[in-house]
Amino acid sequence: MNWIQVGNLQDIPRQGSRVVKTATGEIALFRSVDDQVFALNNRCPHKGGQLSQGIVHGTRVTCPMHNWVIDLESGEAVAPDKGCAHRHEVRVAHGVLFLEVSDEVKGCK
Amino acid sequence: MNKQKQRLVVIGNGMAGIRTLEELLKMSPDEYEITVFGAEPQPNYNRILLSPVLSGEMKFQDTVLNDWSWYEENNITLHVGKTVNKIDRVRCQVETEDGMVVPYDRLLIATGSNPIMLPIPGMNLPGVLAYRSIDDVEKMLAAAKTGRRAVVIGGGLLGLEAANGLSLQGMEVSVVHLCDWPMERQLDKVGGGLLKEALEKRGLKFYLSRQTEAILGDDKVSGLRFKDGEEIEADLLVMAAGIRPNIALAQSAGIHCERGIVVSDTMQTFDPKIYSVGECVQHRGQTYGLVAPLFEQAKVAANHLARYGRMRYEGSSVSAKLKVTGIDLFSAGDFNPGPGDEELLLQDSARGVYKKLVLRDNKLRGAVLYGETMDGPWYFQLMRDGTDITEMREHILFGQMHLGDSGRGGVSSVANMPDTAEICGCNGVCKGTIVSAIIDKKLFTLEEVRAHTKASASCGSCTGLVEAILANTLGGDYSAKSSKKAICACTESAHQDMPQAIRDLGAKNIPDLMRALQWKTPDGCHICRPALNYYLMTAWPGEYQDDSRSRFINERVHANIQKDGTYSVIPRIWGGVTSPAELRAIAEIAERHEVPTVHITGGQRIGLYGITKENLPKMWGELVEAGFVSGHAYGKSLRTVKTCVGSEWCRFGTQDSTGLGIKVEKMTWGSWTPHKFKIAVSGCPRNCAEATIKDFGIVCVDSGYEIHVGGNGGIKVRVTDFLCKVETEEQVLEYCGAFMQLYREQAQYLDRTAHWIERVGLAYVKQYIVDDAAGRVELYARFLESQRYSQDDPWKERAEGKDAHEFAALATVATKNEVQK
Ligand code: SRM
Ligand SMILES: Cc1cc2nc3c(=O)[nH]c(=O)nc-3n(C[C@H](O)[C@H](O)[C@H](O)COP(=O)(O)OP(=O)(O)OC[C@H]3O[C@@H](n4cnc5c(N)ncnc54)[C@H](O)[C@@H]3O)c2cc1C
Ligand code: SF4
Ligand code: FES
Repeated sequence: MNWIQVGNLQDIPRQGSRVVKTATGEIALFRSVDDQVFALNNRCPHKGGQLSQGIVHGTRVTCPMHNWVIDLESGEAVAPDKGCAHRHEVRVAHGVLFLEVSDEVKGCK
Repeated sequence: MNKQKQRLVVIGNGMAGIRTLEELLKMSPDEYEITVFGAEPQPNYNRILLSPVLSGEMKFQDTVLNDWSWYEENNITLHVGKTVNKIDRVRCQVETEDGMVVPYDRLLIATGSNPIMLPIPGMNLPGVLAYRSIDDVEKMLAAAKTGRRAVVIGGGLLGLEAANGLSLQGMEVSVVHLCDWPMERQLDKVGGGLLKEALEKRGLKFYLSRQTEAILGDDKVSGLRFKDGEEIEADLLVMAAGIRPNIALAQSAGIHCERGIVVSDTMQTFDPKIYSVGECVQHRGQTYGLVAPLFEQAKVAANHLARYGRMRYEGSSVSAKLKVTGIDLFSAGDFNPGPGDEELLLQDSARGVYKKLVLRDNKLRGAVLYGETMDGPWYFQLMRDGTDITEMREHILFGQMHLGDSGRGGVSSVANMPDTAEICGCNGVCKGTIVSAIIDKKLFTLEEVRAHTKASASCGSCTGLVEAILANTLGGDYSAKSSKKAICACTESAHQDMPQAIRDLGAKNIPDLMRALQWKTPDGCHICRPALNYYLMTAWPGEYQDDSRSRFINERVHANIQKDGTYSVIPRIWGGVTSPAELRAIAEIAERHEVPTVHITGGQRIGLYGITKENLPKMWGELVEAGFVSGHAYGKSLRTVKTCVGSEWCRFGTQDSTGLGIKVEKMTWGSWTPHKFKIAVSGCPRNCAEATIKDFGIVCVDSGYEIHVGGNGGIKVRVTDFLCKVETEEQVLEYCGAFMQLYREQAQYLDRTAHWIERVGLAYVKQYIVDDAAGRVELYARFLESQRYSQDDPWKERAEGKDAHEFAALATVATKNEVQK
């Protein structure tokens, strides 16, 4: 396991997102209205829009470019659109965020 | 073996003759060796556009239909400036004035018509012109430079267009007409009266029911005298008293002519080798003076010349429009009801709208539309198709829109479209794709079609068509949208319910409102949340806390996201007026930040493109420091107030449009509206600031300010409706604030003013803004009150650190185990 401490839960606004920069690209961390945290590559499967700039609702985010809706739990685009933004593991322990940066593709069928 | 080509000679290088050649070349490009004679020295041009050339709205070059190269490319021998003066039918050849002789196997006569020059004494004086050719227009333009007064004889289509053009060229123009009202051949008395009034407002003077006795002048025209003895002065006199088919040449060749050259349904004259098309012909007793019928004739003639021999010309019904910018008028068919005919009338003097439809046996026979002509083509189609209108009778006067997008018209026209017809231009979706998606995936609603095919998912202008395809494909199953539509899948509530619900529930934030209205999702979605945020903001100015998480990124950070994830920034340029100091500041900032693109926007300001998000606060800080107010450049809020230079500089300016524009922008900036809101102020009716396609447009006139509302220059262009005229700048500000407030309070989120007005009607808006003075003052007060809380500069706040988290990364992970914060 390769858990990295990236900040605190309160650094991300509710219904908002912050970005972690990595050597292989940006990862967007999302915080839902009920304080769940999710991490996806900051690239929309449609045309690469920055998902971190979208509107977060429920456990979904709407891409700011052309309004695809991406499910935060799986990283999959909500039907009928098809595509997947790779998911990363995140954990919140005592308000501290840990992110697993991995090249392994998760959450995509 | 190369068969010897047949020779086709065309007399007349005008609209009908050349259109026939175009049709012929499409069908059979190698059939003939073609020679064209044209008396005019120009290549084939669009005569219709002479009026815009005269009024200065176009240049001659824009009217050329086929340039010299077209003739070359199609191997057509063209002789311009050559008049044919003899047709030798025995030898099958034509001869020109200067002795050129060309033989033909087939001949096409397309000599058009001649203007009627009334046999009045003085007719031949210099300064008396016809209105037929570019040559005439050039002479008029020259005369307008030196002369002051023009008189136009004839108040028909041509006469009025000439008069309007000359008046725009700065001349004082009088129109002399035999009848009681202008354009009596296209308009009934009421319509004609409205037209006369509108033209008088533009400065034309009318002498109606008057006959001219003599044209005065010694070596050039100086005036004219009426039969009753009155004399008026003129430096230029234009004869627009009608046209007469140009048949002299045909007549002299012994071809049977009456009023025109008589042709059969195949466009052949009595000599079967000789065809004729255009204004010179008489077909089944009719002659025509408009292009639509000529084009139909051209098709038939070409079909026979190409030896297909299939088509017949059976006559045309015609419709007419007056090409005077800003005056909407349409007429078609027979508009004087005969015995047994019915008349449907709509007259709204306040709006300047008049519509008359004449019915016989439940079919449309004629239409006169004044002030609102959008439905002209539709009526014309109903007329030509002989559609039984019994079922739409109640609504027909209100136009096609009123039958709904999925009304009968739409349904039958999409049924006739081929599968390859592109329905959604944004996403390139054809009819066939939509139909198979509906069938294969069992789609049932517009939303489903949008989701699966993307048709109508972008700009939405094809929504009506898509709904019609749905209705068609599903047959009776599809019930068109109910009048109230839920905002989105998260709720049953509709947009219309929101303002009332918010007030009744006293809801002050989105979660409370959602709970009270039993939203089906915990925190809505990207469709409902921005809408609720808007309704709450309008309901509780000053009190409601804007929810940035319910805003799209462009409104959240006041910069627009680009395809590569960078942003564009547009500082406010008040009324489009800037200064060297401001320009220098922008230039320096752009240089410092290595801005890749600096673009002059369509809204009279300067766009800076390619800014990274991290850089935004810094850049804003610098712009704020240089004195720029900003933000809202991409908001559903006031965008720009475009102005022209107005009376301060322009020789035509009637008021200080620039100064007024700045005042209006200072008052309205920062206001949030259901959709973006654009304003413009033009200094005179030439309207260089394009005020008549803005949400709120001001056109300055000598006596005050015309106010126009509900324009849109975007996906579907909509010209504004004239609201009213006011006298002072203060009134303009009051009407502007009141109108914006009414729109904010009553329109649905994402309605542009154009859509809103189409729905509620101009009369409704007038009732609040024009008729009810006290109500207007209250609206204005509410507008100013809410402006107190919204005219903060969002860039300033952010440069000072507001929402700083928006702009910085949470962390940077350099290697897999190391974190820098
Ligand atoms: C910047 C500008 C183009 C330019 O470089 O000249 C522009 C750029 C965009 N326009 Fe526009 N419009 C610009 C003037 C116009 C105009 C002309 C005008 O304002 O006089 C129109 C037609 C007038 C009108 O709105 O009635 C115009 C009609 C649209 C429309 C269609 C609106 C409609 O109701 O039909 C859209 C789409 C929308 O709003 O949903 C649009 C949307 C857009 C967006 C925001 C598309 C998007 O969401 O990314 C473009 C953003 C590019 C960017 O990041 O800058 N833009 N756009 C112009 C900004 C003027 C300014 O200073 O604010
Ligand atoms: C100012 C103006 C505005 C108009 N606006 C509209 C409008 O808005 N809508 C509409 O539908 N119609 C309009 N019209 C009418 C329309 O332009 C005519 O119906 C159309 O041009 C007729 O085409 P045509 O080919 O029959 O004649 P023309 O276009 O006149 O062509 C005839 C040509 O034949 C040439 N010619 C004649 N005799 C000879 C000869 N012996 N030898 C060689 N060449 C010869 C002439 O010089 C001319 O170039 C307008 C006309 C004018 C003048
Ligand atoms: S700037 Fe306007 S017209 Fe140009 S591509 Fe973007 S939306 Fe289309
Ligand atoms: S890039 Fe995300 S919807 Fe197009």
